[in-house]
Amino acid sequence: MDVLIDIKEEITVQEAVDFVTTPDCGGIAVFVGTVRNATKGKPVQRLFFECYTPMALLELEKIARHTLTEMGIRKIAILHVSGDKLPGETVVVIAAASPHRAAAFAACQYAIDTLKETVPIWKKEYFEDGEVWVAAHP
Amino acid sequence: MKVLLFGIAKDIAGAPSITLDAAPEKVAVLREQLYQRYPRLRELRSCMIAVNKVYAADGDTLQPGDEIAVIPPVSGG
Repeated sequence: MDVLIDIKEEITVQEAVDFVTTPDCGGIAVFVGTVRNATKGKPVQRLFFECYTPMALLELEKIARHTLTEMGIRKIAILHVSGDKLPGETVVVIAAASPHRAAAFAACQYAIDTLKETVPIWKKEYFEDGEVWVAAHP
Repeated sequence: MKVLLFGIAKDIAGAPSITLDAAPEKVAVLREQLYQRYPRLRELRSCMIAVNKVYAADGDTLQPGDEIAVIPPVSGG
């Protein structure tokens, strides 16, 4: 198994790194996304992540497979949370392993950029005075 | 035909899923029916339709047993 994909309430950096660690790869790059404590200067109290999980898993798998077949990655883990999250908590972890570092850095960048464009996951930001689905409106 | 709704689309419809009396022939027809029923869907930055967990184009045809989902602008990560 070269790909680990999961969506669940709690994720850790360690489980992603452990999965991709392999003797034939000298480079592991990791991207960690966390809950920012403010948006446009307004304090964020918490986030809620909703997922169309069966389709999101398929889209994440596509992203992972692309890094293996086209970008020189040997092993990759992409983990995303669902449910409520507080500022500072981890919401996405991507770990990519390749024989040399350049491919691993590029794969992390590709994976998070594509995830944000295509994977059916939605976040709602809760502020002191209301809530908003992120990026829903022009 | 059952239609799943997520994120702001779920809020606009007021339900996580709705049932249409009949399966529209094409995605474009389904989209128009949804827009007429929930005009606020038109205000979204985008509104994709997924058929059987794959993004669909307006010209794609629908079958009665398809799993349909309304995908408002995604914001994961």
